[in-house]
Amino acid sequence: MNEFNQAITWLNDPLNWTNPGGIFDLLRQHLEITALAVLLGCLVALPLGLALGHFGRGGGLVVLVSNLTRAIPTIAVLSIFPLIRAIGIGMTAAVLALAIFAIPPLLANAYTGLREVDPEVREAARGMGLSGWQMLWRVELPLAVPYIAAGFRTAAVQVVATTSLAALAAGGGLGEIISLGFGLGLSVGGGQVLAGGFLIIALALLVEGGLALVQRVVTPRPLRRTFRSRPARLAAADNQ
Amino acid sequence: MSLLDSPALAYDAPANPWFSWQFVHDNRDQLLAALREHASLTAEAVLVASLVAIPLAVIAYWYRPLTGPILALSGVLYTIPSLALFAFLAPFIGIGRITVLVGLVLYALMMIVRNALTGLNQVPEDVLDAARGMGYGRFARLLRIELPLALPGILTGVRLATVSTVALTTVGVLVGHGGLGQLIFYGFRANYRAEIATATVAAVLLALLLDLVLLGLGRLVTPWARGSRA
Repeated sequence: MNEFNQAITWLNDPLNWTNPGGIFDLLRQHLEITALAVLLGCLVALPLGLALGHFGRGGGLVVLVSNLTRAIPTIAVLSIFPLIRAIGIGMTAAVLALAIFAIPPLLANAYTGLREVDPEVREAARGMGLSGWQMLWRVELPLAVPYIAAGFRTAAVQVVATTSLAALAAGGGLGEIISLGFGLGLSVGGGQVLAGGFLIIALALLVEGGLALVQRVVTPRPLRRTFRSRPARLAAADNQ
Repeated sequence: MSLLDSPALAYDAPANPWFSWQFVHDNRDQLLAALREHASLTAEAVLVASLVAIPLAVIAYWYRPLTGPILALSGVLYTIPSLALFAFLAPFIGIGRITVLVGLVLYALMMIVRNALTGLNQVPEDVLDAARGMGYGRFARLLRIELPLALPGILTGVRLATVSTVALTTVGVLVGHGGLGQLIFYGFRANYRAEIATATVAAVLLALLLDLVLLGLGRLVTPWARGSRA
């Protein structure tokens, strides 16, 4: 339990929090990378998922994307992007790499959400004279919100977790604490490694809990009960 | 590790290609060693995880009050980032292969338990009724009806766990046993593209190959499901 005490000592040192490159700096960087990656993922995946779901095509593509990204090691993508000459080492590379891992849950949930809309509801909307766009905006999208919210939550939790790996490819974030700790060797840096692990787990659980709350709030009350089983989340169970 | 001063640096001349046969040829032994470590870590992790996960799923299936806690625990584990998990294991287990293996087993365990439980819960009630009527006991029912019918679900879990484990093994670089991940890491340090790309392609191909092998195996052991499963 020696490392455990070391970790607590390390976390109790205020300088470790406020120093340049300390916990606060790394946390801000971590959240920035996560937010940008998820945003970028949304910009790519949501229009595509909604279009595919609306026209009822490309289900195979959605499955292919999620299976393929599962097989690609995160560290590989995080290491490849900085070596592309136009991008270079740093935050941009990390954001681009992590956006790739945000896409599958967003895409799959947007697609599934639209496919799950009751055909009778579609029929009724068409009977009322709604055009394709109107149907998408006024009927399909609102009904798909619970799925899209679940996809967003899965993507955000996954990216906030995965961002910790960016440190292994000079991308920054809270993972630095752990990789620097390992660099010192476990006898010296063991406490720091443990403290870093603790911080990252706390952040991941916090984001998961916070977004679960958001998901509940944005889901209209009548849709809450039917959506309790969260099938899409299980299908996207994947962690790096 | 001898890879640290591998030819990567020597090749880091003006040209830094994404792929080079020369590199593959010159580092054949190291590539194969990394691939072997990667494959054996994956196989051991999935095997151990399956041996633990399937009985665990059966327990959760038999004793319903345990289903909630077991699923909740695996849900929490799902949220824990791999880097943090290794960071937690390393100070206690030490730096080495076993640390990677323990981490990989935990993640694979979670995926297999979830899918096996889903599979078991999907066994139709009237089938169970018929079995009960025929005088099957609890264990006979499990071995001859429930497990065979849940096999597609269990195999889905095993395939999912295998593919994810191949990708996850690379995080083992943190404790020096990341298989192909070591090459990716050293390639990044040496700013040598071909090393990263080769190791990445090898990892993806390994995942694909193992997935296909398991798919084939699944078809062999569930001949009755051949028509309905894609």
